[in-house]
Amino acid sequence: MKPVLLWSDALFFLLIAVAVGGAWWGRRQAHLRAGWAQVWTSRRARISAVVLGIFFVIGCVDSLHYRPLLPQEEGKPPAHSVEVLSALDALLMPLKANTEKTYSAPLANELFAKETLDDGSRGFPALKYPGAHVFGTDKVGQDVFYLTLKSIRTGLLIGTLTTLIMLPAAVLLGIVAGYLGGWVDDLIQYLYTTLNSIPGVLLIAASVLMMQVIIDTHPDWFATAAERADARLLALCAILGVTSWTGLCRLLRGETLKLREMEYVQAARAFGVSRLAIMLRHVLPNVMHIVLIAVVMDFSGLVLAEAVLSYVGVGVDPNTISFGTMINAARLELAREPMVWWSLAAAFVFMFAMVLAANLLADAVRDAFDPRAAK
Amino acid sequence: MSLLGVRDLSVAIGALMPVDGVSFEIAPGETFALLGESGCGKSLTALSLMRLLPPAAHIARGEVNFDGRDLFSIPESGMRELRGGGMAMIFQEPATSLNPVMTIGDQIGEVLRLHGGRPGRVSELLEAVGIPDPERRATEYPFQLSGGMKQRAMIAMALAGEPKLLIADEPTTALDVTIQAQVLDLLKDLQRQMGMAMLLITHDLGVVARMADRVGVMHGGRLVEVAEAKAFFRGPSHPYSQRLFAALPENLAKPASQPQDQTLLEVDNLAVHFPIRRGFLQRTVGCIKAVDGVALKVSRGGTLAVVGESGCGKTTAGKAVLHLLPPTAGTVQFAGQAVTTLAPRQMQMVFQDPFGSLNPRLRIGQIIAEGMRAQGVAGEVGALLEQVGLEASMVARYPHEFSGGQRQRIAIARALAVNPQLLVCDEPTSALDVSVQAQILRLLRDLQDSRGLAYLFITHNIAVVDYLAHNVAVMYLGRIVEQGTVDDVLRNARHPYTQALMAAVPRIDGIVGQRLLVPGDPPSPANPPAGCHFQPRCPHALAVCRETYPEATALSGSHAVRCHLFAA
Repeated sequence: MKPVLLWSDALFFLLIAVAVGGAWWGRRQAHLRAGWAQVWTSRRARISAVVLGIFFVIGCVDSLHYRPLLPQEEGKPPAHSVEVLSALDALLMPLKANTEKTYSAPLANELFAKETLDDGSRGFPALKYPGAHVFGTDKVGQDVFYLTLKSIRTGLLIGTLTTLIMLPAAVLLGIVAGYLGGWVDDLIQYLYTTLNSIPGVLLIAASVLMMQVIIDTHPDWFATAAERADARLLALCAILGVTSWTGLCRLLRGETLKLREMEYVQAARAFGVSRLAIMLRHVLPNVMHIVLIAVVMDFSGLVLAEAVLSYVGVGVDPNTISFGTMINAARLELAREPMVWWSLAAAFVFMFAMVLAANLLADAVRDAFDPRAAK
Repeated sequence: MSLLGVRDLSVAIGALMPVDGVSFEIAPGETFALLGESGCGKSLTALSLMRLLPPAAHIARGEVNFDGRDLFSIPESGMRELRGGGMAMIFQEPATSLNPVMTIGDQIGEVLRLHGGRPGRVSELLEAVGIPDPERRATEYPFQLSGGMKQRAMIAMALAGEPKLLIADEPTTALDVTIQAQVLDLLKDLQRQMGMAMLLITHDLGVVARMADRVGVMHGGRLVEVAEAKAFFRGPSHPYSQRLFAALPENLAKPASQPQDQTLLEVDNLAVHFPIRRGFLQRTVGCIKAVDGVALKVSRGGTLAVVGESGCGKTTAGKAVLHLLPPTAGTVQFAGQAVTTLAPRQMQMVFQDPFGSLNPRLRIGQIIAEGMRAQGVAGEVGALLEQVGLEASMVARYPHEFSGGQRQRIAIARALAVNPQLLVCDEPTSALDVSVQAQILRLLRDLQDSRGLAYLFITHNIAVVDYLAHNVAVMYLGRIVEQGTVDDVLRNARHPYTQALMAAVPRIDGIVGQRLLVPGDPPSPANPPAGCHFQPRCPHALAVCRETYPEATALSGSHAVRCHLFAA
């Protein structure tokens, strides 16, 4: 067995480390502790956090990748499979391995379509693993429950890595534009106004296709298909980040404009405190509640965006299992008669649970941290 | 037979009882003043009379009789008739009490429609509240009216339903003193004409003295004293009322400290102009002359008070002295050195709003140490806190754990941390209650004595000036109109504006005396009147006043005035 660290794995774990570190630091900040304490008083928020927590654990387990050792042949050095598996695959090996020939309904004992049986008559062939597929199987006989579990990691990555990419730009540019004003402000405003005027989908489609061309022309960069798919996933996160920082940046600029006139900032200026120190000590901590609210609220929007983009065909690599690719496949399945509904239903239920939990938690976070929210 | 009878009224918010067993009566045509400091429950009392309490609060017990009806047994639908028709309310902030997207006429017309008045009465009402050209004003939107005008329009709205009782919740607190005097007089006249009773809610003893027939003093949710106004001002009987009187700046014992002769700060010809940009290319089409040629002198260990109404440019001048705002012209000399970029650390500022001047995310210790660190000054935070009357152990706390007065002490400690010689105090006590204000004023005075601090004290409160200042400069529309020692300016005012300002201050002795009311509102600094800025409102305006701005005339060695009446 040979561990493989994909770029997205590294970034995902880095993000979790940052979040854990932030939480540890925040425990000592009275206002943050009070805010979170208020979040946890809501039962809805606690339930949502548990649901999201389960999704995150699945995502983490699915991010521990390795290449299994192939059965050793005589006289040859030990070789590793080109297929990259994750710890989740190892845990779900029966689900992954137990494939059928094609579609079967949830918990069915036989295939969904009639075929000519061995004895020459027409009928429904029996499944190899009858009653084992909770959500049925897809066109090539893969277990749908396994696919939905694998989709979770993709959704989480899109929702979180995009934030990681856009957050520094949004916070830095927003505060700098608001505090310094003048030509810096003009420049940053023109930048995000221009970005906002380009249709987002167009920009994403162009960038993803460009990235695909680069990947295709440099096959030597990637040792495995998983790495290629991973590169495209990261490219998608990056481009989503580039198109989504403008909203938060605008909010932060406005808030900074207000804070700049606060008397404690004026007092600091009267002491001759440097502009950088004022931005770090007086402005940044006082806009963190906006950042926190924006991050939690954006998460669900990004998960949904992935589904839409994959459906349009400019999302993740077709080989990457994601809610979007599942929904895209379901387009044809729904057109069949009788209809194959379970793969869409499974993707929908899981994605709905994740986004709803994120939204409910975001609501609770906003209520606790937004000073304008009625208490 | 009383119009309003309140018996044992209590309002609860959760487990708290912000109004606790309040009983009083108001006779028809009478003015009853509820006097108290912030948080004493006076506004909640008024809101519960209208049954307009915020959702978190509810009436715990008690009964209210209005015009022979039990107010708390009337159904909500019946209350609509009563609100506006039986009793009407004027709120503190005229800017937020009017709907910005409806014309004044429509807003008053709405009340008339609800309470069966003729729609044509709109301009009658506007005329009654002293708004000139009522026909045109009725078609205007709130933003086209000045603060005083808005409050008059609010009063017209309240009168539209011909109420028997007018509840005025701090009706003049947001207004300047000359406008306050106009509005108070208006309320008194209207009340006489219409025979209304009035419940006046205020924190200002001067307003009570001018308006009230009877006074109720509230403290901690209880009505601690109810008395006839005359008897109350002759001698309040409750210890809390006595403390309120003792805390008035005019009643504070004035220690005698004399400034040194040496000039510490000299400001000459200071100007701050803000450009007005219009159009697509944002071309500068004019400028607001917020500060226009101001000259000031502060001696070492002395206090110069800059007095003026809101919008006269006094705060802008203070910030420009420190170069927190870049001056357009003029020189600032501090201890013989020209100040060109940011002011040296020997000049510091104390701000008005004790809630906005401390970063809520920093501990007290960090807040105070910030200046020391930036300037490399050694010092001990704990000792500073003790100097301003707080405890050294408070360094680890956050600002939200402190009251307004304590926050202002922290702000003073922060300024003192870098050993300044001059503090620019921008209305440091105007957001505070009168008893807290007295403590802060004493502290400033003590610090001046012990450290030899000089103050540039910016305020609109004349009583505070008398307590603290050695010299006074009166500002009107960006310029200083009169300047001199406290005695020169406060007791021997010569400029018509200064005289009007002094006369407009409500005094607790209730002596209205020979009052000189200035009509109208201060003009806009973007478009000042020709000649002397004060001439459109001045009762003594001469022909020359409309042509040229008067030069300074020295009346004595210390007293100078800019008015044509005194030009040689």
